[in-house]
Amino acid sequence: MTRHLRFPRLSWRFIPVWQRNYLVWKKLAIPSILGNLADPMLYMLGLGYGLGSLLPDVAGMPYLTFLAAGTVAYSTMNAATFEVLYSSFSRMHVQRTWDAIMNAPLTLDDVMLGELTWAVSKSLLSGLAILAVIWGLGLYGSFWMTLWIIPVVALVGFCFGGMGLVMNAVSPSYDFFLYYFTLVITPMVLLCGVFFPVSQLPPLLQGVSAWLPLTHAVDLARPLVLGKTPDDIVRHAAALCAYGFAGYVIALALTRRRLLK
Amino acid sequence: MLSAHGLTKRYGDIEVVRGLDLHVRRGECFGLLGPNGAGKTTTLRLLLGLIEPDAGTIELAGIAVPQHAREARMKVGVVPQMDNLDPDFSVRENLLAYGRYFGMSKAAVAARVPELLEFAGLASKADAQIAQLSGGMKRRLTLARALVHDPELLFLDEPTTGLDPQARHLIWQGLRRLIAAGKTIVLTTHFMEEAERLTDRLAILDHGRLVTEGAPRALIESHIEPAVVEVYGEGLEAWMRAHAGGVCQRFESVGETLFCYTGDAERVIDALKQVPALRYLHRPSNLEDVFLKLTGRDLRD
Repeated sequence: MTRHLRFPRLSWRFIPVWQRNYLVWKKLAIPSILGNLADPMLYMLGLGYGLGSLLPDVAGMPYLTFLAAGTVAYSTMNAATFEVLYSSFSRMHVQRTWDAIMNAPLTLDDVMLGELTWAVSKSLLSGLAILAVIWGLGLYGSFWMTLWIIPVVALVGFCFGGMGLVMNAVSPSYDFFLYYFTLVITPMVLLCGVFFPVSQLPPLLQGVSAWLPLTHAVDLARPLVLGKTPDDIVRHAAALCAYGFAGYVIALALTRRRLLK
Repeated sequence: MLSAHGLTKRYGDIEVVRGLDLHVRRGECFGLLGPNGAGKTTTLRLLLGLIEPDAGTIELAGIAVPQHAREARMKVGVVPQMDNLDPDFSVRENLLAYGRYFGMSKAAVAARVPELLEFAGLASKADAQIAQLSGGMKRRLTLARALVHDPELLFLDEPTTGLDPQARHLIWQGLRRLIAAGKTIVLTTHFMEEAERLTDRLAILDHGRLVTEGAPRALIESHIEPAVVEVYGEGLEAWMRAHAGGVCQRFESVGETLFCYTGDAERVIDALKQVPALRYLHRPSNLEDVFLKLTGRDLRD
């Protein structure tokens, strides 16, 4: 693999790849939006109102607000992850769309950058939908501060898009993705303060949680929902960038080994 | 138009392509033939700069590959072995999307679409989904897609594998039109008939090496006797032992059939007529005979 590891050669030629995915998505935009967004919203509203009515304030805010901020991070993580796992895998492995594109003057770096930016776009869409609910229900502290959630959501999409592409590169079939969800995504949802504060965890797990990318996402999103400036913005943003970029670079090497040997 | 020197590609300890030299002239249709695993597809991928050679140099349309593969691929159209049309798009959208990958504006591709659809015989299918197309239609669309940016050079990897004779003839007609229009074509194939009909020159590869190279007719003339009599039936063994050496210039026994290669088929046939139990087929020798002579009859899978 090290033989294939090198700094990505980026070019604007990734744009037609992004555009290809956008045009396909546009054909089925309505069912796709409903399918992708209904789930996190139902969880958020169901648990937020149902469970929230039983709970006192959580971390100094109503549970619905607490959960809404967590859901922003969680749903954008899922949007990017699903896109680069199932959809990218279909295009790479099943439909061989990547092969076709690489016969044109595009490189694997371009194709995967197109996939990554498309995953970011799906995350933005997902994040904006949750944000719309937050606005609609008045769950925010300051409207203007919530606008900062938009770049955060893009960053979360980049982070999990890059990480998911690694999984895409090594999976022999769709079935393999289940491991990623059971071993990476689901534990992260439980450890990173989406549904309950990290302070509820035993100290050891709190230590683990601090290193997980979703924690950085939640730590940025939650204060912004409340209208506060997050602590350690640079550290959180840098961590999300680093996870995403490392994922993209490693995924490139692994995919190069897989497709271009 | 295309040249490769000393091209070598190793996977672990296995040398898939071993010191290959290839030269394709402008406007020529060049065939790459070889049994499965001979290195044909690997060679095409090397020539396109999709994989990097362990040794050797490539120049494609005057551009060094893989160093400037991106620029080189601007000048090449590719029809891959396996169909990889975009199933999420209609026929027309496939062409539009493919043009964008070459950096063409929507207007520029749209202007070419009617011509490409006509070429592929798919004018009435412009809005069909890919799943609705037959195998032959998909191949023709793939060929049209490879032409979207009007390349000088076309790479076709087994363009007619899996097609019925009607569909195959349609592809051949399309390729002849392209050759007449002055395109340079490099094609790999398992069909000797296809190579004989279409190519000006061809190379036979085996175990990653060039075995021979030349015009189809010249290869037949230089490598093999002019006629073949295939003999089979009761008493073949005995006849072979008694007469084959005498009447055939060269013979080969494969399973239940004797292949008798000769310049004087009359003599062989006269001898065979003495033994009514033996049946025979007399035909001119062809490229397949050359191919089998040079690469052997062993299965490669």
